[in-house]
Amino acid sequence: MNIQGENKTQNRILSLLPLWIVIGIFMIGPLLVMAAVSLMESNVYGGVHFKFSLSGYRQILFDTNLFDEIQFNPAYMIIIARSFVLALAATFLSLLIGFPAAYYISRQSNRVKNILIFLVTIPFWTNLLIRTFAWIIILGKGGVIESSFNFFGLLDKESSLNLMYTNTAILIGLVYSYLPLMVLPIYASLEKMDVRLLEAATDLYSSRIELIRKIIFPLSMPGIIGGSILVFVPCLGAFIAPDLLGGGKKLLLGSLIQFQFSYARNWPFGAAMAMFLLALVIIILIFNAKLNRRHREYEAQR
Amino acid sequence: MENNNKVNAINVKNVTKIYKTANAETRALKNANLTIFDNEFFTLLGPSGCGKTTLLRLIAGFEDITEGSINLFDEEIVNLPPNKRSVNTVFQQYALFPHLDVFENVAFGLRRLNKDKNFVDKRTFEVLELVQMQDYGKRKPNQLSGGQQQRVALARALAPSPKVLLLDEPLSALDLKLRQAMRYELKTLQRETGITFVFVTHDQEEALTMSDRIAVINEGEIQQIGEPEEIYESPNNKFVANFIGEANLLTGICERNGENGLCKLDAGQEVSMFIPNHINKGETVTIFIRPERIKIKKSDKEKSNCTISHFTYLGNAASILLNSNNKSINVNLPIEDVKNFKNGDFVEVVFPSNSAQVID
Repeated sequence: MNIQGENKTQNRILSLLPLWIVIGIFMIGPLLVMAAVSLMESNVYGGVHFKFSLSGYRQILFDTNLFDEIQFNPAYMIIIARSFVLALAATFLSLLIGFPAAYYISRQSNRVKNILIFLVTIPFWTNLLIRTFAWIIILGKGGVIESSFNFFGLLDKESSLNLMYTNTAILIGLVYSYLPLMVLPIYASLEKMDVRLLEAATDLYSSRIELIRKIIFPLSMPGIIGGSILVFVPCLGAFIAPDLLGGGKKLLLGSLIQFQFSYARNWPFGAAMAMFLLALVIIILIFNAKLNRRHREYEAQR
Repeated sequence: MENNNKVNAINVKNVTKIYKTANAETRALKNANLTIFDNEFFTLLGPSGCGKTTLLRLIAGFEDITEGSINLFDEEIVNLPPNKRSVNTVFQQYALFPHLDVFENVAFGLRRLNKDKNFVDKRTFEVLELVQMQDYGKRKPNQLSGGQQQRVALARALAPSPKVLLLDEPLSALDLKLRQAMRYELKTLQRETGITFVFVTHDQEEALTMSDRIAVINEGEIQQIGEPEEIYESPNNKFVANFIGEANLLTGICERNGENGLCKLDAGQEVSMFIPNHINKGETVTIFIRPERIKIKKSDKEKSNCTISHFTYLGNAASILLNSNNKSINVNLPIEDVKNFKNGDFVEVVFPSNSAQVID
């Protein structure tokens, strides 16, 4: 028994080894490199100067003026706040659209269900960049939306709806990009739900609204929370939709970091921002875990 | 019991239910008619897929009716959604709300009815006490045993004081001992609360021990409605005879009809019994007799008319399979009557008069 048990542990370690190697090389490694870079200085040629420095982090809040005095610079905080608000809005919108969609799919017959879930995952087959370009055609001047407005006489030929390069356009792009990540986890939790619970609730005098509020919503909470995190976190760091649909007019966190690495060639600052974003995400996850636990304790206490 | 001064709780009139799928339709219920009286423990009994659960779900409102009408205390309920019908259901797998504790599960219906908070608390506690679960109010359903979940499901359905309680095979998920104990509890509960129970089961023993009346259903058709004794002693047809308890269905030829009729079995024996007058002499009849109504006595090879092919010891009784001219007869006798019988013995079988009846 004992030997078998030891063998089992050994087997488990062995069989997980490839996974650990992949995660180690492709996730933890780069992350450590970034953490290291964020603690160095940039040199004038756009490379990294191997010397410990907190200048990358300092730059998030302060900059140096002409007289070499350090002063508070809110510009990046504004970018972070804007990213936060946009990500929250995108998450909320995704939930608003994703929940009914997931519920609808979960109530179909098995065959239809599979087809619909398949359709939800289809966008993943094409590169996000290309799909986001498609939105330019839809939203842009003389695009699909404007020309149909023209067609129905709701808009005259000369004027424009000015949809592109606005926060709205970014929001549409974000919701579009990450909606499936909201639908799938909610669908998974709704799918597991026993139909008889709905029957029981209706039998016990629940109206339609009470059915949603008292049974469907609480029972799909794990899916809602999971989906919200899956949408919120990438939205916070997104740069494709903000760049293409927002025109880079108003910088967001993701675009800012990408900019530091590509054009500005200030790797330490870019890395510091990335670390800052990572910390933000970790804080949110911890907060969410706490919330979950408290919710569970509260439920248990009642 | 006479039916004149009884109040009709549920009236099922010409109810047909057809399930349509893309390429087939299934007739789950065919023109069902029955009346369930107020204060009655009424059982819908039948094999799985016979339509008994469909009928229950039609009463609860979970299924749309294809044809016919259902009245609840003389009010037509066919067009009402489930949340507008004052009937409540105990589900087969309980269907307790996993995110709510026992108290909230039981209070659920009362809260939806917007009852006053004090009343909800009082009534919920009262019902929990009734099923002896008052100490488990704060537990979650997954922290309860099967039997406890069963009680909570019962309490939840009883809390809003429904006019009729519907029970869909509520005991089938429990183990045997618990199931037997719950039978008496359910029956007692029904008597104490005075609520009409409509109980669905495929277990004939359950039906016989608990019910005031039983409806036997097969293939979407009601075969017989009656008190347990009536159903057991004089089944309407072969299906009922076979489904409730054990039955010998033997064929023979009518020798004489009427009150002192006589039937000569294919197996060789003569049975004196009532044979309706529409059956003429010489006609083939099927007769029905319960295994415990048949007597056997030891005999020698010449006089005997059958042999014991299987002797099964059951503790308090013995089940004996007789072979008579290659026809089998099933006999069930108290153990002290058959102490020294064994396989291969020659016996004489005796059908006491009027222990058998003609069956369709």
